[in-house]
Amino acid sequence: MSVGLITSVVFIGGGVLWILVQSVKGRDVDRRWIFLFIGSTVALALLFHIRFGEKATPIVKAAFNQIENLPEGASVLIAFDYDPAMEPEVGPMADCFIRHTLARKHKLFLMTLWATGQALMTNTVEDVLKPEFPEAEYGTDYVNLGYKVGGFGVINVVLSDFRAMYPTDAHGTLLDSLPMFNKVRSLRDIDLIISIGGGTPGVKEWVLFAGNRGNIPIVGGTAAVVAPLLYPYYPRQLVGLLGGTKGAAEYESELTGNYDRFKDMDTPALRMMGPQTMAHVVVMAFIIIGNIAYFRSRKREGK
Amino acid sequence: MATGNGNRKSPSNAVKIILVIVAVVFLISWISKATTGMADSTWLNIRDGFLITFAAFLTLSIFSFLYNDNPFYKFAEHLYVGVSAAYWMCLGFWSIIVGNFVPHASKTLSTFFKVPFQEYSWFYYVAFAFGVILLMRLLPKAGWIARWPLAVIIGTTAGFNLSRYLHSDFMSQVGNTFQPLFVDWQGAGHFFSNLSLAADGQLVMSAGNWIVVVGVLCGLVYFFFSKEHKGMFGAASRLGIWILMITFGASFGYTVMGRISLLVGRITFLFDDWLSIL
Amino acid sequence: MKRQIPMMILSTIGTIFVLAYFSPGLEELEKGGSIFFDVVACFAFFLGGSNLVRVHIQKIARHNPGWGYSIVTLFGFGLMLFIGLFKLGNPLGIAGAPTEPGSWFQIIFQYCVAPLSATMYSLLAFFVASASYRAFRAKNTEATILLVAAFIILLGRTQLGLVMTSWVPDWLSIAQIPNLAVFIMTSPNLAGQRAIMIGIALGVVSMSLRLILGIERSYLGSDS
Repeated sequence: MSVGLITSVVFIGGGVLWILVQSVKGRDVDRRWIFLFIGSTVALALLFHIRFGEKATPIVKAAFNQIENLPEGASVLIAFDYDPAMEPEVGPMADCFIRHTLARKHKLFLMTLWATGQALMTNTVEDVLKPEFPEAEYGTDYVNLGYKVGGFGVINVVLSDFRAMYPTDAHGTLLDSLPMFNKVRSLRDIDLIISIGGGTPGVKEWVLFAGNRGNIPIVGGTAAVVAPLLYPYYPRQLVGLLGGTKGAAEYESELTGNYDRFKDMDTPALRMMGPQTMAHVVVMAFIIIGNIAYFRSRKREGK
Repeated sequence: MATGNGNRKSPSNAVKIILVIVAVVFLISWISKATTGMADSTWLNIRDGFLITFAAFLTLSIFSFLYNDNPFYKFAEHLYVGVSAAYWMCLGFWSIIVGNFVPHASKTLSTFFKVPFQEYSWFYYVAFAFGVILLMRLLPKAGWIARWPLAVIIGTTAGFNLSRYLHSDFMSQVGNTFQPLFVDWQGAGHFFSNLSLAADGQLVMSAGNWIVVVGVLCGLVYFFFSKEHKGMFGAASRLGIWILMITFGASFGYTVMGRISLLVGRITFLFDDWLSIL
Repeated sequence: MKRQIPMMILSTIGTIFVLAYFSPGLEELEKGGSIFFDVVACFAFFLGGSNLVRVHIQKIARHNPGWGYSIVTLFGFGLMLFIGLFKLGNPLGIAGAPTEPGSWFQIIFQYCVAPLSATMYSLLAFFVASASYRAFRAKNTEATILLVAAFIILLGRTQLGLVMTSWVPDWLSIAQIPNLAVFIMTSPNLAGQRAIMIGIALGVVSMSLRLILGIERSYLGSDS
């Protein structure tokens, strides 16, 4: 056990004990102490670099295998349908999907149904795609279609014709002048859609308006809040699903475990799972303490 | 009276002190980030130092709400509203108006915006006109005409949603529920001789499918209010609510996870990007 | 007239798009309708922005409480709009994407919109923790089931669950908390979510029908 882990455990134990004593005595613990405690727990775990390993669950493994089993040069569309508020959770997924698809030499079509997604997509392209895959050529290996207003309306158009919605890519280049679009006219020519998001429009809209209608396999990467809602689509309408940081961490472990070139890659989701675990412990402790205090007060009232 | 004046003055002094401390801390941060920057030029280091410091200031301003509502939080909140509204507007303008309307509306404008002109189309003019009519909602006397584009938006949504939801969220879901109740069944002998509670075992997999089939039915029974929940129907409804409670428990667990992730993200920004201590 | 025309528009468009789903020949019409929708929907952003400006100008003019902050909103709005519409500081000029790397628009997003948005939502972590302490009580059977399910998920989604139950033998591996969490997600959670999804789907279908048939008219508002 590392010093950091011991320090964190002692801190959490001490804090929980103090709150427990206060609660049992029937004293009200100011919510600001609760805030400070949860914030400090996360901060300590981050400062001490507490990390744990991850193993992919079947639903994440299914997503990984879907990309893995596509033939080389397959067309993959990644939709960046998220905003900065979801970025800590789904940003690492976007990085992983880009790495995995380009390592498998698939053709990458990037687009977004969220205005904020365009700026975040720029960051991913600049920070991950270009530095890690300098050999990837714009227009031949990947293309940035950018943002269009309309949500499901956009999906509906591109399902039958990309050019009607996107006369040009995000940089103003005609789609016809990009080699990637020689054989791609609509979403029906795409082999896999990867929807990354956590709101509306998001994975659900891609399933409803593209996957089911066009019979196109879809892999989802979503914020944790939305993930349970999408389970009814798995596995028939949604091939695989990454739910929250845990899903992203599992995918990162699959990628680092299966590809030598990614052994030393940055793994933000795996890094976040340490603080995440500690915070879960604190939240569970809060639930237990709250219930102890509740049952004690009921007992007193009964007497 | 004098005490009253004194009471009024003291918070004002406290605010001044806090403002000075905040200003000094962020000035130090700016200087420090600017001098340790890795950019190509001094100007870029100064700019990046300011930007990181400003982002940290905004982050801490929002966090200050956890103590109490205060002017820093209000400043950040109002700035957020203004800047993000403009962000969405600009992206809307460049993506649809310039990206789709202009190439079908005017050669001159296409040249000006440097987008390839395609062909004139009355269709885009009509759509544009409907969009402009939507803005009439801002005018009290002409607001009624904005119902036309609103009807377009609602009609399109209703028309699309009706078929898609019926297909994907109703018929497909009913279809997906019909699963084999005995997974990989090879006879009773095989089943009992391999009986185990392994997660990927036949018994657990079959139990999972039973839960899905019975759970969906009982969940729907719970939502069916046209018949009194009594007898067998009541028992099914009771089982339905238990299944729903497990669902809500799972959603709560995932919600906690999601929110904590966002906090980890922000603290990582403060420790790594701003303070560089990770 | 003020009510009949929008109702006619809605019914016609709605009916066409319902029929288009079942008729491959109407795909072009569906495509055109979607583009029309996207163009009109774009103006909703302008409507929202204009309304924001109107509200805050009124607030300043009337010196309502907190009117000073409205200046901040208008300043932020004006600055971002000016930079975004004129593509100021864009390395590729007017031809570049608004979010071109290094453009002022992208910089303001990166250092202003992103931290504000992310931090605003991260506040929820504190409130969720506080709610867990104050409101999450096992008051009856239903609440206890909810609580137990939440506990298993919270444990099962971290390494802690694995460490706690790693001693459980393979023939009983469903009792290992991570496996139990997966089981909950793919069986009872799936069943509950599916029941809710089917309910919502029926609700959406009936509401869409009500709109198309002109029974639901609340979107028209009042004429006064």
